Amino acid sequence: MSDKQFTTVIVPKSKWFDFHLKEVWKYRDLILLFVKRNFVSQYKQTILGPIWALIQPLLTTVVFTVVFGRLAGLAAEGVPSFLFFMSGNVAWHYFSSCLTSTANTFTGNAGIFGKVYFPRLVSPISTVLTNLISFAIQFVMFLVFLAIYWAKGAVQPTLYALMLPVLLLQMAMLSLGVGIIISSLTTKYRDLKMLIGFGVQLWMYGTPVAYDIGIVPQKFMSVYMLNPMTPIINTFRTAFLGLGSFDLPHYLISWGVTIVILFLGLMLFNRVEKTFMDTV
Amino acid sequence: MDELAIKIEHVSKQYRLGAIGGGSLRGDLQSWWARVRGKEDPNSKVGTRTDIKIGERFLALDDINLEVKKGEALGIIGHNGAGKSTLLKLLCRVTAPTTGMIGINGRIASMLEVGTGFHPELTGRENIYMNGAILGMTRKEIDAKMEDIIEFSEVRQFIDTPVKRYSSGMYVKLAFSVAAHLDSEIMIMDEVLAVGDMAFQKKCLDKMREAANKEGRTVLYVSHNMNTIRQLCDRCIVLDHGKVIYDGDVDAAIAKYLGEHQETAFPVAYDLSQNKRNHHFGKQIFVKSFRFLEAEAARFMIGQTINIEISLDSKIEVDDARIVMRIKDKGNYVRYASSLSNCFSISRSEGQKIRLRLDTTQLIEDEYCFSFEVISTDSIGNYHSYDNPMATIFVFMYECDDSDINWAKQYWGNIRLPDMSAVTIR
Repeated sequence: MSDKQFTTVIVPKSKWFDFHLKEVWKYRDLILLFVKRNFVSQYKQTILGPIWALIQPLLTTVVFTVVFGRLAGLAAEGVPSFLFFMSGNVAWHYFSSCLTSTANTFTGNAGIFGKVYFPRLVSPISTVLTNLISFAIQFVMFLVFLAIYWAKGAVQPTLYALMLPVLLLQMAMLSLGVGIIISSLTTKYRDLKMLIGFGVQLWMYGTPVAYDIGIVPQKFMSVYMLNPMTPIINTFRTAFLGLGSFDLPHYLISWGVTIVILFLGLMLFNRVEKTFMDTV
Repeated sequence: MDELAIKIEHVSKQYRLGAIGGGSLRGDLQSWWARVRGKEDPNSKVGTRTDIKIGERFLALDDINLEVKKGEALGIIGHNGAGKSTLLKLLCRVTAPTTGMIGINGRIASMLEVGTGFHPELTGRENIYMNGAILGMTRKEIDAKMEDIIEFSEVRQFIDTPVKRYSSGMYVKLAFSVAAHLDSEIMIMDEVLAVGDMAFQKKCLDKMREAANKEGRTVLYVSHNMNTIRQLCDRCIVLDHGKVIYDGDVDAAIAKYLGEHQETAFPVAYDLSQNKRNHHFGKQIFVKSFRFLEAEAARFMIGQTINIEISLDSKIEVDDARIVMRIKDKGNYVRYASSLSNCFSISRSEGQKIRLRLDTTQLIEDEYCFSFEVISTDSIGNYHSYDNPMATIFVFMYECDDSDINWAKQYWGNIRLPDMSAVTIR
C-alpha cells in the first residue's frame, strides 16, 4: 500500500529522529489556547490573581537576603544583595517552574491524552510558554527594583542585557529537555516523581542562585561549570547587575549541554508518546 | 465513491496480563535481578502463577483487516471485551498498534467519551475553540462554525459560563454539537447517544445520518443499542475476541452478534429423556428430544418460520395426535399464547421424528419460553395428554426492521394480532 494515499498513517513504532515538528507547527493555535487555558485556570477564583506570581520570588528574595546575605554573607561584593538574590531567583524560578510542570506532562494529562490525539509535544511547549507570562510579570518587578538601584548609582547594567531572549530560550529548551525526559520515564516509574521536588532544590544549590560563584573552590570549578544553569545565571547577573564578566567558553559549553539534553528528551518523548496510555 | 477513508491492515494490539512491571523502578530492578539469579520473581503475585501467568500475552485485537469507504456509516458491535474500544483507540491515535498499519484519510473527530478535552474552568465558547484546535482546526475555521454549534447545542444562554457549572445534559449536548459540526472527514462515536433527553438523541441521530449521507462524512459508530445501529449504519462489523467475525449487512451482523452473544442462553437442541414427568405422562408416548432446525441458536426474526423436530418413542398407535406449543414470556409467565399442530399419526416404534413449522408473525420482540405437550383430541373436542416433558425452551425473537411503532409490551401484550382495517366516515 502506498503511503501517499492516506493523510495519516499509523504504524507501531516511529523512527528515533522523527519529531513531528511540522505537525506541532500545524497545531500552533492549540498551543496558544493551552497557554491561555493554563494561565486562566491558574488564577481563576483567586483574589490577587497574577499578583501571586510576584509574591513567591519576592518573599524568597527577602529570605535569601536575610539568611544567605546578612547571616551567611554569601552575596557578591559590590552589588546590592537584594538585587543579587532577586536576579538569581527570577531566572531560576522560570527554569524550575518549567521543569516541574513539564515533568508532569504524561501523568498530568493522562485524562485528555487518553481520549484524543494531538501532537503530545504541544502540551509541554505550552507549559513553557505559560511560565513565560509569569516570568514577564516577575521580570517587570525585577526591572522596577533595578531602576531604583540604578538611579541611586548602585548598579550598572551592561549591553549584555540584550541577550535576555537568548537566555530565556536556552532556559526554556533546557527545562523542556529535562522535563520531558522525566515525564517520559514517569509513565512507567513513578519514583522520579518523588525525586523531582527535592531534585530541583538540590540543583538550585548546585547553581549560584543563593550564593556568589566566588565561594566555589577553584579546583571544583571545571566540574561545577558543567551545570548548564550556572553560566546562564552568571550571564544574567553580568547583563543586569554588571557583575563579573561574560564567560564565553563556559557559556558555549552550557549551550552544548542544553542541546544534547533537549535532543535526548525529544527522542525519549517520541518513543513513549505512542503507547504511554498502556503503561501510565 | 470508492475512495477509502480508513484502511486497516493486519493490525494487532497486544497487552500483557497482570501488572506491567513492578510499578516502580525499584520493582523492575528487583524482578530483573531475580531473573538473572534464576530465583522466583518477588513481585509476581502468589497464587496467580497457576491460573494466569503474569506477563502472558493477550491480544486485544488479532490481525484485523478492514476497509471503510468514504461516506460509509459503519456500525461496530461485539460483546464487552471484544476489542471495539481498542480499535477506536488505535484509530484515534491514543495508543499505537503492536503490529500492522492503519491508513486514514482525513481528520478524525472522536467522541470516545463526551466532553473530551473540555476544561471545566473555561466557558462553553472557549471550550469550543479548544476542541476545534485539538482537531487541528484554525481559529478562523472554528469561527465560521460557531453559530451552528451554539444553535444546535441548545445552550446558547450559558455559552459564556464555565462548563463546570453546566448540568451533565448541557455538557453532553455541547460536546456532541462540537464533534458533529467541526470539519472532520471521519466521525467516531462510542455510545454517545445513551445520554441526553429523547428529543436530543433523535436530533443527534438525524445529524449523524445527515453527516454520512449528505455531507459524505464517514461515521464509525459503536453501540450496544441495536436499534440505533439499524437506524444509522449501512454496514456493520461484529468483533469477537479481537477478530472481525462478520462484515457486511447490518441485520445479518446483528443476528450474528446476538447469536455469538447468546448461544449458550438459547441452545438449539434439548435432550428431554432425563426430564421428570408427572402422573402418567411419558408412559405410552415418550418424547426424547427437541431441536430447532436450520438455526445456530434459538434466535429468530419475527415473521420467520421456525422449524422444529421432535423425536419420540411410542408403545401405542395414535391416529389423531397433535402437538400443542405453549409460548410464554420469559419474565413472569403472565402472558402466553399457544399454537396447535394439525393431526398426525404416531406408530408403535422408537425414534420417530415429527417436524413442526411454527409461524411467528404475531410475536413481539422479546425472550420467550416454549413448552409443549403431545396430545390427541376426541370427537367432541376434549383432549388427552400423552406426554408433557416439562421442557423449558428459551427462544429469542427479534424485530427484523424498523417497525412502524414501538410496541408497548407492558400494556399491549406480546401478541400482535393481524392489523385491523380502519376507515373514516364523515
